[in-house]
Amino acid sequence: MSEGRAIKIAITAMGGQGGGVLSSWIVKLGERAGYIAQSTSVPGVAQRTGATVYYVEFFPKAAAEKAGKQPVLALMPAAGDVDIVIAAEFMEAGRALLREFVSERTTLIASSHRDYAISEKISLGDGRRETSRLREIAKDTAGRFIEADMAASATDAGAVISSVLFGALAGSGALPISRDVFEETIKAGGRAVDANMSGFASGYDIASTTPKPARKTATWSAGDRAAPAVQPLLDRMHAEIPVEVHDIVREGLKRCVDFQDIQYGHEYLDALKDIVALDKAHGDGRSFQLTKLTAKHLALWMTYDDAVRVADLKTRASRFARFREDVKAEDGQVVTVSEYMHPRVEEVCDLLPPSLARGIINGKYRRKLLGALLGEGKRVPTTKLRGFLLLSGVAGLRFLRRGSYRFALEKERAAQWLALIKQYAPHDYDFTWEVAAMQRLIKGYGDTHARGLANYGRITARLEEIFAQPNPAQTLAALRDAALKDEKGAALDAMLSSLSPSLQAAE
Amino acid sequence: MAERSFAKEVKDLCIGEGETFYGEGILAVTKALLQSGVSYVGGYQGAPVSHLMDVLSDAQEILADLNVHFEASASEASAAAMLAASVNYPLRGAVTWKSTVGTNVASDALSQLASSGVMGGALVIVGEDYGEGSSIMQERSHAFAMKSQMWLLDPRPDLPSIVKFVETGFQLSEASNTPVMLELRIRACHVYGSFEAKDNVGPQFTLADAMENPTRDYGRIVLPPSNFVHEVEKIENRWPAAINFIKEHKLNEYLGGHTGDVGIIVQGGLYNTLIRALELLGLSDVFGETDIPIYCLNVTYPLVDDEVKGFCLDKKAVLVIEEGQPDYLEQAINAILRNGDIQTKVFGKSVFPRAGEYTADVMRSGVRKFLEAHDARRVKSAPESTPALPAAVMKEVAETVPQRPAGFCTGCPERPVFSAMKQVQDDVGDYHVSCDIGCHLFSILPPFDIGNTTMGYGLGWAGASAFNAKAGQRTVSIMGDGGFWHNGLTSGVGNAVFNNNDNVLVIVDNGYSAATGGQDILSSRANNKTKNTNNPIAKAVRGMGVTWLRQVHTYNIAETKRVLKDALTTKEKGPKVIIAEGECMLNKERREKPIRNKAIADGKRVVRPRFGVDPDTCTGDHACIRISGCPSLTLRNNPDPLKDDPVAWVNNDCVGCGVCGENAHSGILCPSFFRADLIYNPSWLDKTMAAIRSSVIGFMQRAADKRRAKRSFGTQP
Repeated sequence: MSEGRAIKIAITAMGGQGGGVLSSWIVKLGERAGYIAQSTSVPGVAQRTGATVYYVEFFPKAAAEKAGKQPVLALMPAAGDVDIVIAAEFMEAGRALLREFVSERTTLIASSHRDYAISEKISLGDGRRETSRLREIAKDTAGRFIEADMAASATDAGAVISSVLFGALAGSGALPISRDVFEETIKAGGRAVDANMSGFASGYDIASTTPKPARKTATWSAGDRAAPAVQPLLDRMHAEIPVEVHDIVREGLKRCVDFQDIQYGHEYLDALKDIVALDKAHGDGRSFQLTKLTAKHLALWMTYDDAVRVADLKTRASRFARFREDVKAEDGQVVTVSEYMHPRVEEVCDLLPPSLARGIINGKYRRKLLGALLGEGKRVPTTKLRGFLLLSGVAGLRFLRRGSYRFALEKERAAQWLALIKQYAPHDYDFTWEVAAMQRLIKGYGDTHARGLANYGRITARLEEIFAQPNPAQTLAALRDAALKDEKGAALDAMLSSLSPSLQAAE
Repeated sequence: MAERSFAKEVKDLCIGEGETFYGEGILAVTKALLQSGVSYVGGYQGAPVSHLMDVLSDAQEILADLNVHFEASASEASAAAMLAASVNYPLRGAVTWKSTVGTNVASDALSQLASSGVMGGALVIVGEDYGEGSSIMQERSHAFAMKSQMWLLDPRPDLPSIVKFVETGFQLSEASNTPVMLELRIRACHVYGSFEAKDNVGPQFTLADAMENPTRDYGRIVLPPSNFVHEVEKIENRWPAAINFIKEHKLNEYLGGHTGDVGIIVQGGLYNTLIRALELLGLSDVFGETDIPIYCLNVTYPLVDDEVKGFCLDKKAVLVIEEGQPDYLEQAINAILRNGDIQTKVFGKSVFPRAGEYTADVMRSGVRKFLEAHDARRVKSAPESTPALPAAVMKEVAETVPQRPAGFCTGCPERPVFSAMKQVQDDVGDYHVSCDIGCHLFSILPPFDIGNTTMGYGLGWAGASAFNAKAGQRTVSIMGDGGFWHNGLTSGVGNAVFNNNDNVLVIVDNGYSAATGGQDILSSRANNKTKNTNNPIAKAVRGMGVTWLRQVHTYNIAETKRVLKDALTTKEKGPKVIIAEGECMLNKERREKPIRNKAIADGKRVVRPRFGVDPDTCTGDHACIRISGCPSLTLRNNPDPLKDDPVAWVNNDCVGCGVCGENAHSGILCPSFFRADLIYNPSWLDKTMAAIRSSVIGFMQRAADKRRAKRSFGTQP
């Protein structure tokens, strides 16, 4: 950085992330290190979760005194004219790129963590933006790119993310200011000094040392073998299922056995056998993609969400450990938990024999009576004996499942879906793959489940027609995406009605 | 108590001669007011001038010592009317607000004031909410200065200059008997810098002096024939006096070089950006030393004809850099030159965009364009500004980076109101929603998407007044407590009662003027040492004549839904008002968190609730997010290897407001939500019960784990 120019630092952050704290630390740092420092921001509504930019300029006091003049410092960054960009969240680093703050002379310090925008969160499926390409672009564009999950470091240190970012700024060496001046600045602030110093230190290490290699995601311990009871299932898998699909089938088996019993795992493998045969016949060179996808969705279909499953999952020891971790309970701290549950007539009928269930669902008065008995939403205190025993009792009703209304219903639905896969596989492999993927629409409970099922039904009812379109696989994929666009199904309606009518007539 | 405390900054207001003041632009203005012998200060909060109100509010003891009266005005109109004190008496007064919205509200009083003229200096500090960070319509305060004939200052955006113009503004006002507006853009309000302080001075003539020795002058009242005289006075006396003062005190500056064929005329507030643009073009150094002549308008209204002519006379072309539209300055400069028969060409909006903020990049390209056409040799060797990214890559970035619309904070009590409204639409059908100004306006944005129009602060119900017609569906209007007291009580509630309106108003009562920074208002529950609070909205609404009135607690979504549905479907005619109460969580947390932390540290039993989502039962449909939008209700990867969609997750910013659980109940969503109560310093009963429970539950869980282990697939690949 030349003598005659100001040093320019931009902080891109979201409102409420503490960008103001960081920017005031940087100002104080500059003043401490002999600079004239100026900062600006545009708070306003951005304070309420919006994206915002804080901007700081430094100019050496000595140079101003030598010249006998005051520098004219700017109130906003210019494209390609920023020396240091600090992004407090990864998409905000993207925003800095978008606003052309980042150039080859820029040191870009970014936290890799994501704070999802509302548009990403409200998707009915996965609306999260892909970051890998952005990461490449940032690497290629910035002179130096320092990236780490600084939100996690801040949590570890019990500090605010600003302290980690401030540490990373120090560790990057992008400013000709020594570590102790940074540290003095934090100390002089006088607030949460210990936590902030520890956050600072971790940020400093991130930026000043080579990034540590990513932790291995899975570690296999030698002693953790499968139980003898499930070994026959695994043996069958090894014998009947191609090795490419083992990982998924194993998960599917795990899920089916966990949901019901070992026999259920055999039923799962029975159903998959046909698909493997189809794949062998028609899927040349595609390494069993259809089997993989079907194995995944079949398992989900067979292990539908019902009250037994929910009650079982809610009462497990592993879940108790997880909620303690989720709410950041201290070791040994007393934590009580209650569930928000709203059992409806349908959930009860799920477990009843088909004839009885139909009688209630279709009978006006019987339905009303049961509804009144169930009442409004309940808060079930799972960590108290009363709540725990209630839920354990429900979890113990697993034995009712095989003879239940819902079990028969889901079995029938899954069979129809498998029949569709078998029907199309000989004609168009890619289209069939999309048919298998349709199961993704069906998830959840109550209205969510009903909506997904209805959308699935509306699409599959016109499968013949879709298959006759010029690009059937793409059309089907697009319809599936449309079904996940909005709750009211407007996007799906629009797309279904735009299916080529001449072909419809030709049918 | 406001969102931000200025207890520390207040001390800086007391420093005197020989000391250096460090701080934000708007705080520098506050200090400058005290250095100018001001008698009274008022205003209405709003970005970017909220901090001025907040710091004054925190500085009441100092103000009292100096004999300065501070008033947190009920509206900008109240604030502007306050300046009437300077009409008859030599009292210096200043008021402030967000512009242009605040100036709109104030303009009746401002017109009266400008017609009457002032004896004591009257200064209106307008925070020009224009460009990046703005939340309002993009207009210029300049028009108000012109139409009412008030002088408009637009100083260079550094602290010494801003401070100087506060002091000079009073002098100009007194010299020309005209109120003066000081315009500060958003960034200038928040610019951190320093200036050499002076001692504070109390007013020589006090408010008490005026009250005890009242004087009146019919000639100052806006009634015939004085009103006609005022208009002539403006032209014949006040205007020339102002021009003389501006010239004599050299308020406008000639910066840069003195020779050459071209020159630049710039609004003072844009000067720093201009210098940066010139620096990037290689035409200036960091100190603003440039060969190009610059005429810097620290006073943008009125223009000094002689100065303009003098600057342009020896130039072939000048560039007028003027932000926003219409291009009042460019038009005026053209007229001045035309009338003076000077042939200098004037460029402005022909090389600059007609609309939008003049950022450094806009400035660089506008100045370059102008110089290329009229003084090409200067920019021949100017470095090209090459884009850092190729267009195709930029497109990828643009498609990846999501918008971040403003939204309700974590735990905001207004969120459940809109969760309820959205759910009620499913029951009774869609209805027209007239919105107001305030945090509740975020209901228009995702995930709620509720709202049709917004006509101004407090005007929510008035904005739906046309729909007082026979129809199968009623309308719902929204108003915040801030807007209610600002004017909604009369313009909305009074109007509806008087006209027998049959529609519904929801008043969101969070206890503060929350959007502007959490300032106290009439109905705030807090005890304010200097203000009268605890005046319930319900009392005022009843007093206006409303009989259908319901009060609900916002976090009780089921109840809110019931009441709203009732209001929309009841056979009873007449206006229906629902007051939805819930304290602003930012304020509440700020108050309660230190108390809670101290109680925990002191070993007292404290229960802290927070919420969570079980990932293995979460469906990944995110219906819960679509009726909430809480920042702490977010996503994480689905731990289930068979599922693709991310699951909902409550992060550690959760303040335990409980809205997500209430929503799960009232919307019958899914059983994944749970409430966890973390107990700090548990009592012996807590400990005993926990021990009993965990021994029984633990026993059962171990047994279940053992059963499951028999069917375990292990972890070996």
